[in-house]
Amino acid sequence: MSEATAKETKQNAFQVFWEELSKSSLTLTILAIFTGLLLGGVLVALTTEEVYTTFRTSPWQAIQTGVRAAWNTYVALFTGSLGSPSKIVDAIQGGDPAAIRRAFNPFFESLVQSTPYIFGGLAVALGFRVGLFNIGAEGQIFIGAITSVTAGIFLRGLPAIIHVPLALLAGAAGGAMWGFVPGWLKAKTGGHEVINTIMMNYIAFRLSEYLLNNFLKDPDKFVPISAPIQESARLPRFFAAPIRFHMGFFVALGMAWVVYWLLFKTTWGFELRTVGSNPHAARYAGMNIVRNTVLGMSLSGALAGLAGANEVLGVNYNLAVAFSSGYGFDSIALALLGKSHPLGVVLAALLFGFLRNGAVQMQLRAGIPIDIISILQALILAFIAAPAIIRTIYRLKTPDVADEEVTIRSWGGQ
Amino acid sequence: MTTANKSLPKGKTVINNQEKEYENLTRRRVMGVIFLLAAAVIWAVFVRDLDPNILTVFNMAPGGAVVDVADWIIKPYPVMSVLAFISAALGAYQLARGFHHRTNLVLGLVAAIFVFSFLSWAAAGKSLNIVGLITTSLVKAVPLTLGALSGILCERSGVVNIGIEGMMLVGAFTGALVGSLTNIWVGLLAAVASGALLGLFLAVLSIKYKTNQIISGTVINILGTGLTSFFSAKFLQKYQELNNPGRFPTWNIPGLSKIPVVGPIFFSHNIFVYATFIFIIVLTVALFYTRWGLRLRSVGEHPKAADTLGINVNRTRYMAVTLGGMMSGFAGAYFTLGSVGRFDEVMTAGRGFIGLAAMIFGNWHPVGSFFAGTLFGFADSLASKLSILNVPIPSEFLLMAPYVVTMVVLAGVVGSSHAPAAEGVPYEKE
Repeated sequence: MSEATAKETKQNAFQVFWEELSKSSLTLTILAIFTGLLLGGVLVALTTEEVYTTFRTSPWQAIQTGVRAAWNTYVALFTGSLGSPSKIVDAIQGGDPAAIRRAFNPFFESLVQSTPYIFGGLAVALGFRVGLFNIGAEGQIFIGAITSVTAGIFLRGLPAIIHVPLALLAGAAGGAMWGFVPGWLKAKTGGHEVINTIMMNYIAFRLSEYLLNNFLKDPDKFVPISAPIQESARLPRFFAAPIRFHMGFFVALGMAWVVYWLLFKTTWGFELRTVGSNPHAARYAGMNIVRNTVLGMSLSGALAGLAGANEVLGVNYNLAVAFSSGYGFDSIALALLGKSHPLGVVLAALLFGFLRNGAVQMQLRAGIPIDIISILQALILAFIAAPAIIRTIYRLKTPDVADEEVTIRSWGGQ
Repeated sequence: MTTANKSLPKGKTVINNQEKEYENLTRRRVMGVIFLLAAAVIWAVFVRDLDPNILTVFNMAPGGAVVDVADWIIKPYPVMSVLAFISAALGAYQLARGFHHRTNLVLGLVAAIFVFSFLSWAAAGKSLNIVGLITTSLVKAVPLTLGALSGILCERSGVVNIGIEGMMLVGAFTGALVGSLTNIWVGLLAAVASGALLGLFLAVLSIKYKTNQIISGTVINILGTGLTSFFSAKFLQKYQELNNPGRFPTWNIPGLSKIPVVGPIFFSHNIFVYATFIFIIVLTVALFYTRWGLRLRSVGEHPKAADTLGINVNRTRYMAVTLGGMMSGFAGAYFTLGSVGRFDEVMTAGRGFIGLAAMIFGNWHPVGSFFAGTLFGFADSLASKLSILNVPIPSEFLLMAPYVVTMVVLAGVVGSSHAPAAEGVPYEKE
């Protein structure tokens, strides 16, 4: 009997492989991204005016025009984020170092754009693992930027090797402080962290407006912008202008490893995850719910604070009003896309960073508003959050065990 | 999520016990200290350094009012001294004996005393148009209250809606576009319809696909921001005539708008303000005094019991969430058709989230969330008034105040808020 089973299995090896593939969450993620991009292309085609003007004469030509518009958009998006191959070849053949740097710049700029996403995504993902929905990453990014720019401006005479880590730490501490408050409120009073972090966001925006108009304001400027940070507080860059690629990217990768190690290799991390996935079991096992909730939210805030510090110390060298432009909210989408796993978050952050950087070129060349990125993100997020949609479209099998990476609860109760 | 679902009753009791303990032991003292603190601030910050003979003028008729009302002039020094004394006495009584179930009423009184003292101090030696201040607070409360009503409809049926912001934006955009193409009334209808569509989208994600509801709301927010900004950048900026819907005119209610003080505050607005009041009344009655409302709430509190009684849980939720979406679409139309008269990218500026806070603040009740919305509106309009009066408090801190107050409320200091019990949990028939 066992022989027959073995034979059957062997015969169906391909089928088994196919079945496993169609059940795997990676397939699902890739299909979600693909479907999102496809729908984005349809949107571009449908909003191209030429499609409608040619439609009267020949519908077939109209479809071609639409497809071409969508194609051109994505070509512009990808050359904008990765660099144009022909330009790279030309530059290397020409041998002019400045031209080579310009040709490779899109790629490195995408990495620069990805860096705050890695920090932000890690922040939200860590929250998810502890059962907390940190919708306040945006505010924590602002506070992190404020504290790190303060450390960058007002600490003088330090060597870079001390000043840079100190300024980064200041950013992390600021973010942690902003995460601590909702964490503490959640643990002690049950006030839901979604509402509290939203409130903390607005408090952070107003606070940064106030500080940029007073204490931090560059006295030489008329607009509310801070003075530049000391040279010694800058995260070192690896290449000459125009490439802005800096140390922060590797700090972010390091933090991803630290988060992975903390969550999956230490007792602390085990407690954090248990509190997240089953607080009653955790309580029964004698784990301290209050401490772990507060710790989880503070750590999440610290990671978001690093995103702000990274932007200030690595890219802008000063702080302006509304500098963050939605990193915090995008981080929610990419944490979910990365299944709240540090490695997944890094990959998702790279995707978002490349999309965002490419979108700038897309807007310039193909005339497609940069906001299409938000639409793509929302679509991908919807497909990831409701995998049944993707499974229905592509006729995939439902996995036997549902893996639950996100364990957040509504404010109705535990 | 399933584990959380199963252990729901146990978690509930734990929280309730904590809350009870909290109320009995800490809350009374915290309240008493708050009252005393209010008295101390009134005395030390507002009164002490004031010239005893200085006058504060409160204008009682807003600019361009139909009827003229005499100004109300007070001497802030003696008035505020008395108010500080009253507040201190209330605090002392609270600490010694406690007001028990009337505590919140007394808190409201102390808050009113504090705000009035603050205004008298800020406007000392100058004049402040207090009727104008209240009127703008009310107008600014309109989108917040409508957003909160949208949230109440959804959440009372057990579906969390944090996508109000995105729904509002889409409503605002659709209202402006369709309003420009046809007329303002059709624009309003289209805005409501677009809201209904997004509500249905939220319902399908949350009910059919059992997506985590907070994530479905986030999807709607990102999608709403993306779609409206995309179409606005692509078309509205190029063809300005598509973004010129006009505005609903102010409609003075005959007779009532002539009443001094009350007339300009309540009866001299455009239809959005009146509609808000009507919606508050209708929703309160419908939710708490009709069979329809009882069913809707039972689905949000205990879907299994509701199901046993023959109520179709998911159909009720679909209906409630779609209605909630319509309300958000209407709130969005306020921005383009009721206030600005054109669409700008991300013009709701987070008011959907503040509406959400107003809903929680108002304990998932239409009237409560209206007062919460008015508080937010009041802080907003006060901030702009104070910068004119040259008050040494930065307007940013005043704008922060409602957020801090919401967090304090949420922490249970003013009393525990109770969310519908089955909120956020998809219903599965067994």
